[in-house]
Amino acid sequence: MTDVSYRPPSRSRGARIALRWGLYLMLGVFAFWYLLPLFVMLTTSLKNLEEIRSGSLLALPREITLEPWKTAWSGACTGIRCDGLQPFFWNSVMLAVPAVAISTLIGAMNGYVIAQWRFRGANLIFSLMLFGCFIPFQVVLLPMARTLGIIGIAGTIPGLIFVHVIYGIGFTTLFFRNYYVTIPAELTKAAKIDGAGFFRIFWSVFLPLSLPIIVVTVIWQFTQIWNDFLFGVSFSQAGTQPVTVALNNIVNSTTGVKEYNVDMAAAIIAALPTLLVYVVAGKYFIRGLTAGSVKG
Amino acid sequence: MSPILEIQGLFKNYGATEILKDINVSINKGEFLVLVGPSGCGKSTLLNCIAGLEPISGGSIRIGGQDMTEVSPKDRNIAMVFQSYALYPTMSVARNITFGMQVRGVDKATQAAKLAEVARQLQIQPLLNRRPGQLSGGQRQRVAMGRALVRDPALFLFDEPLSNLDAKLRVEMRTEIKRLHQDLGASMVYVTHDQIEAMTLATKIVVMKGGVIQQIGTPHEIYTRPANTFVADFMGSPAMNLIPARAVPAQEGSMIEIGCESGESIRLHDPRVTGLSGDILLGLRPEDIVEAGQRHGPLVQNGSVMIEVVEPAGADTFVVARLGGKEVTSRLSADTRAMPGKTLDVGFDLSRASYFSPHDGARMG
Repeated sequence: MTDVSYRPPSRSRGARIALRWGLYLMLGVFAFWYLLPLFVMLTTSLKNLEEIRSGSLLALPREITLEPWKTAWSGACTGIRCDGLQPFFWNSVMLAVPAVAISTLIGAMNGYVIAQWRFRGANLIFSLMLFGCFIPFQVVLLPMARTLGIIGIAGTIPGLIFVHVIYGIGFTTLFFRNYYVTIPAELTKAAKIDGAGFFRIFWSVFLPLSLPIIVVTVIWQFTQIWNDFLFGVSFSQAGTQPVTVALNNIVNSTTGVKEYNVDMAAAIIAALPTLLVYVVAGKYFIRGLTAGSVKG
Repeated sequence: MSPILEIQGLFKNYGATEILKDINVSINKGEFLVLVGPSGCGKSTLLNCIAGLEPISGGSIRIGGQDMTEVSPKDRNIAMVFQSYALYPTMSVARNITFGMQVRGVDKATQAAKLAEVARQLQIQPLLNRRPGQLSGGQRQRVAMGRALVRDPALFLFDEPLSNLDAKLRVEMRTEIKRLHQDLGASMVYVTHDQIEAMTLATKIVVMKGGVIQQIGTPHEIYTRPANTFVADFMGSPAMNLIPARAVPAQEGSMIEIGCESGESIRLHDPRVTGLSGDILLGLRPEDIVEAGQRHGPLVQNGSVMIEVVEPAGADTFVVARLGGKEVTSRLSADTRAMPGKTLDVGFDLSRASYFSPHDGARMG
């Protein structure tokens, strides 16, 4: 006979509380470990140089100064130019916004075609695009430089947009294809019978369905493009460099004293947009990554 | 009057695989054609070919007297209801129904009038502002039908529209579709794998297997005179009994002898069919094997069988015996005295018998 009254041995109240606190302690340690560098950056950026030199790295600023932020934004020197990050920050905005928009739109269109308008060789094309996601960027630097030169957009922001769009399409197509493949083919059939054509079905039926995956793609692409250094340093020239390259130049051009507070402020400014995008759209990010099929 | 749908010599291949072979079907205005068969028989593919969603490899399709073989789906004057309903998830019910008209550029006032009419017909007025995700299965089904109705097409196509619903709702919607067909006098083609749905809805049934049409006929013809053992077995529940037997030509008609493991064999005489000889399959519906004395007529002939299993099912009781080495089911009244392990005298109603060849399953008489 099985004993139906069997219950798992329950832990005593004290043991449970101890376990709980142990868990929180662990989480606290890890959170502290991760947040410590940010804390150091933030506090250092608010101290003056004197205090940095004399005080401890981990100490809170004795008196808060915003002067390093001002310098980082509009006064720090990158090489011989001393306009701060500001012009390069706008370069990055003018680069990232169109590049993200274009690559997302093309990815959506590609995904729609590959998932819903099956054609001969669709799988092969998709596999090749997937393969493109995993090409190390260093490999393509020289051929791309030649290509940009031939087209005549070398060293310009449109040139950088072009590069980022090309190398973003692999991932954006993957995202949208995997999302659209879960949508029943009958939806396209119904729309065809309703008289809608290729583009009409895309605009009226598929794009409105795509908000979660658009958010995922935008966050992914924006983070990639904003944080990119390699393409930025390879395919730009003075005046068209993105913020990541400028940050590097600020940190590396020293005139006598190393201004740690300015460097820290500049680094935070350069990282702020990606942080902002994630905070604003983050909840859709998780939802989009885990989004299942859309039931009609 | 020319038929509303006429399919001639239709072939469909995927690469080297033949999906549909030489399909010839036509229906007149107001007919309800049901394509039925086991999964993978090509019935849904045929429907998609009619809709123009799948190109065909040979033959022709005419709808409303016009050749539609190369015409795109939107110009075929058809409407279609899908198994998954295929409602546009981001649009309201009202927009789902009017989307087609919007695409075709119908003016707003006409759209509103048609929407109101269809909503009244299907009693979905309270749902018009909701999204498909907020509807139950039955309501979605209604909206999907509304989207088809509003088109007022020459031909309605249904692709297993009820198979996602639970059993009770399925029966309700079946009745509703039948009523709709009667009220509108519309022409419909309906795909299902459910033979009961086929029997209840159709004015004409096409039974398919392996991409080949097995039989076309009214539900009555299909039920009483199946063209082969596949149709006999597929249509009807429980299936038609196919009893192995031997036939000998008699002075008038044929003698049929069924072997019994226990006791002597059963000898029947069917004066209607001549020319049967050798091994045959005797096809009898469960309801045509009755308790002796329950049905009268010169062709109701008695024999005694050993009962193996008795299955009461409320209104009827199914009794399983073994004849000619096969299980034979008969549908008896609920108050039968049949007992497992006992013999029972039954009457075989040969006026409703079918005879098939045991080799290729074709009907012999």
